[in-house]
Amino acid sequence: MNARSHAIVALRNVGKTFDTGTVALRGFDLAVRDGEFVSLLGPSGCGKSTALRIVAGLSTASEGAVEWPGDAHGAGARIGFVFQEPTLMPWADVAANVRLPLKLAHADEAQARAAVEQTLARVGLADFAGAYPRELSGGMKMRTSIARALVTEPRLLLLDEPFAALDEITRFKLNNELLALWQQQRRTAIFVTHSVFESVYLSQRIIVMSPRPGRVFTEIAVDAPYLRDETFRTSADYAGFCRLVSDALSQAMAEGRS
Amino acid sequence: MSERALRILLPVFVLALVLAGWQAVVDLNQIPPYVLPAPGLVFSTLISDGALLMHSLWVTLLTTFEGFLLAVVGGIGLAILFSQSRLIEYSLYPYAVILQVTPIVAIAPLLLIYLPQPLAVLACAWIVAFFPVLANTTLGLSSVDHNLIALFELYKASRWQLLWNLKLPAALPQMLAGLRIAGGLSLIGAVVAEIAAGSAGAGSGLAYRIAESGYRLNIPRMFAALLLLSLAGVAIFFLLSALSHLVLRNWHESAVRREH
Repeated sequence: MNARSHAIVALRNVGKTFDTGTVALRGFDLAVRDGEFVSLLGPSGCGKSTALRIVAGLSTASEGAVEWPGDAHGAGARIGFVFQEPTLMPWADVAANVRLPLKLAHADEAQARAAVEQTLARVGLADFAGAYPRELSGGMKMRTSIARALVTEPRLLLLDEPFAALDEITRFKLNNELLALWQQQRRTAIFVTHSVFESVYLSQRIIVMSPRPGRVFTEIAVDAPYLRDETFRTSADYAGFCRLVSDALSQAMAEGRS
Repeated sequence: MSERALRILLPVFVLALVLAGWQAVVDLNQIPPYVLPAPGLVFSTLISDGALLMHSLWVTLLTTFEGFLLAVVGGIGLAILFSQSRLIEYSLYPYAVILQVTPIVAIAPLLLIYLPQPLAVLACAWIVAFFPVLANTTLGLSSVDHNLIALFELYKASRWQLLWNLKLPAALPQMLAGLRIAGGLSLIGAVVAEIAAGSAGAGSGLAYRIAESGYRLNIPRMFAALLLLSLAGVAIFFLLSALSHLVLRNWHESAVRREH
């Protein structure tokens, strides 16, 4: 076991029942190792987004516990969250949107400006710092949203179906950019998706969830090497993993129905 | 002809037509000015009584402005208070509604009994103007994108940061719509109170001039004062629309020109 392989966050036997009586999660276990790229895959309504929000502290578990080994302060400011929609403030330009987390933390003005500039350059938006969200394409809005999540240099990046609303060409492009960012910095990433192909392309490990109440059906390691690129997307390896994951997902859904 | 030119020229043409017709009817039937003054006479009265009417306009505008300002401060302040505490909202909102739905014409005489006249006029302007500000701002503050609120929570934003950096800017479009309505209404409130006070006879605003001119059968002056009131209302509306456009032009759909 190397130094990076300890768990950064672990959900232990987590259950979530909403006020409406809907049981979103039951007996959900998940341990995410430091530096890992994990996907939560499942049909819509399987509780994968709920699990992510519980990790982020945006929702509380009704049962079970969320543990942060090696981090006495819990999640704290070390989380970046990317929503399904870009979720930008329309009255603020790109730079101000990206600066928001630093502003809320009362970060030093000059340092914040430098961090925003650097992060915008990293996601390829250096020339759009002064643009307003309504002037941006869907892909650029999503990049802004990712930049905002990265600007605090989070240890853990949570992504809730961030590319679901984008066209395929833009989605492929952002998949590659996300992988490049992840590889540069080796942050831990939890990626929620309902796309088999996206999860195989991006992840080291895929957690297949069964619906209502959501729990882990099985997990599949995608031990194909990175750099993953368009060659990987058309490889036999990729197709094999997709078949494997796809079958697991069908079984999970069949079990959910019975 | 461009759409823009038509939008200016057509109303002007209609105005000219109406004025010419009015003048012709008065001239042809030799209607005496105490029944219906011709537009020409109204304009000349506007000039001959200019000093008096301008002073009255100033008085009414001042009341309107003060009422509007108090309505903005009170409406936005109360809306913020409501957004911070549900208990306060539940306790006070029904009374704000009652204040709004009770006709101001009926409240004005009461206010005039208990308050000195200038204060009563101001109170009327405030009562009618503050509700649209309150209602619109409350709507704006409560319709903030839930994910943005979650984002602020994630970064441990304080209540103050949430209000100042998220809720207030998000509420701006609705708030400004409320202001636009409130501007016109505060003028109406001031006028209603002045008319109600008119019989007591201590006022000097434009509406008071209208009431007084009515008693004296000085109909041309009535028309001239009415004209000034309308112009004041139009000016207020345009000023507030311009303000709204200026504030929202960078980001809100309402202020952004559609590209064809």
